[in-house]
Amino acid sequence: MSPTYQDLIARAREVIPEVEPSDVAPRVEAGDGPLIVDVRETGEWDQGHLPGAVHIPRGFLESRIGGVAGDTGREMLVSCAGGQRSLLAAVTLRDMGYTNVSSLAGGFARWKQNDHPVEVPRILTPAQRSRYSRHVLIPEVGEEGQLKLLDSKALLIGAGGLGSPAAYYLAAAGVGTIGLVDDDVVDESNLQRQIIHTTDRVGMNKGESGREAIRALNPEVQVNVHPFRVTRDNVLDLLSGYDVVVDGADNFPTRYLLADAALMTKTPLVHASILRFEGHASVFVPYDGPCYRCLFPEPPPPDLAPSCGEAGVLGVLCGVMGNIQATEAIKVLLGIGDTLSGRLLIYDALGMTFTELKVRRDPDCPSCGPAADLRLRDYEAWCAGVGTHASEVAGATA
Amino acid sequence: MTIVKIPPVLRQAVGGERTVQAAGTTVGEVLGNLCDQHPAVGAQILTPEGDLHKYVNVYVNDEDARLLQWTDTPVGTGDTVLILPAMAGGSR
Repeated sequence: MSPTYQDLIARAREVIPEVEPSDVAPRVEAGDGPLIVDVRETGEWDQGHLPGAVHIPRGFLESRIGGVAGDTGREMLVSCAGGQRSLLAAVTLRDMGYTNVSSLAGGFARWKQNDHPVEVPRILTPAQRSRYSRHVLIPEVGEEGQLKLLDSKALLIGAGGLGSPAAYYLAAAGVGTIGLVDDDVVDESNLQRQIIHTTDRVGMNKGESGREAIRALNPEVQVNVHPFRVTRDNVLDLLSGYDVVVDGADNFPTRYLLADAALMTKTPLVHASILRFEGHASVFVPYDGPCYRCLFPEPPPPDLAPSCGEAGVLGVLCGVMGNIQATEAIKVLLGIGDTLSGRLLIYDALGMTFTELKVRRDPDCPSCGPAADLRLRDYEAWCAGVGTHASEVAGATA
Repeated sequence: MTIVKIPPVLRQAVGGERTVQAAGTTVGEVLGNLCDQHPAVGAQILTPEGDLHKYVNVYVNDEDARLLQWTDTPVGTGDTVLILPAMAGGSR
């Protein structure tokens, strides 16, 4: 005879230890409890759960547990509403090789009856859950990560070649606040690569044009337009309002200014630069990894560093590099994966090659080294005079 | 022979090539040989005294030569020397 539900529960009880809420609550409250896996359905979870619990509906248990549990010996406590589904889920985990799995006796109901603390999750609205469903499905993002993105603020320096795709994808991803800094207006010659702008917005400020595009794509995103150049006088105020800065500037003085201001405000800086068929990308996490000046102590002279306006750039290269920046910004905001901190990625579109170089902190770095005299300087003068009067202008070491 | 990767801004100085083979047993010798083959490169990356400009980063394989033995870093067949000046382009 086929086993009944009660038979399955009874068999599960033979192999899965059950833990009373009062026995585990002190550990949970102290923050050193087991990994709590809540296998109820989303509607139940939304009403409240054990503090620190991870939500994996039972139907997704097998596919998602690997992403959260790590090693198979990790202590896990499975919980549900009344303590029965968790027993069956625990059997599944045991069958998958997890060796230290128990079930919460009486489930969330008994936990709550005993007046143990409950977390009521902040949740996505049904519309948000639909819009961001492909993110929510990724274990490394999930609903929690999506909420984090919605609370995040990204500042984009330049709404041009790099800023266009980066802003578009960050807005699509639901980064809640996007700042666009650009004093320039849309020109017809921009449209070969600056995809956030349109022909009918030629002549409009690029930040304003970007805001229109973002509003059409994702009206939920707050766009702050900063229609001016980044200067010594405004950079600290600008950066201090954001969680990450995406550098799509078109000149060295702005790049070195941003690099120092990012250190001063401890804002992670996502870097990219482009020319013709080649792009560079990296991430500079203040005082954790190298800074821009550890990598490039000095800018080259103008004839070795032409702008895209002078030397040209493949339009689609901007899309690749801007989207690498958007990817890295999202990883920084979510605290997931390995960013390009400590690495410079070089993309050669003509050869279709990616080269990675190691970038290390320079112990003598005049910006982030232990003896650095970090303050905002006259970067225009410094960039114009490197090699001649660099030391007195920007405190550069020899 | 060592492969020297040429950045976009110097390609015109080497006849449009993305890589150039150069002889030498150290970074300094390889770059010297490159500049002998293509004097226009030397004018861009070397000081009048013949030293590398500070704005020129040089990588041996994936490691910054400044953190190795700079121009004395030994190189041989199979190594790649990459010349890397910063690029400014982004917005316009």
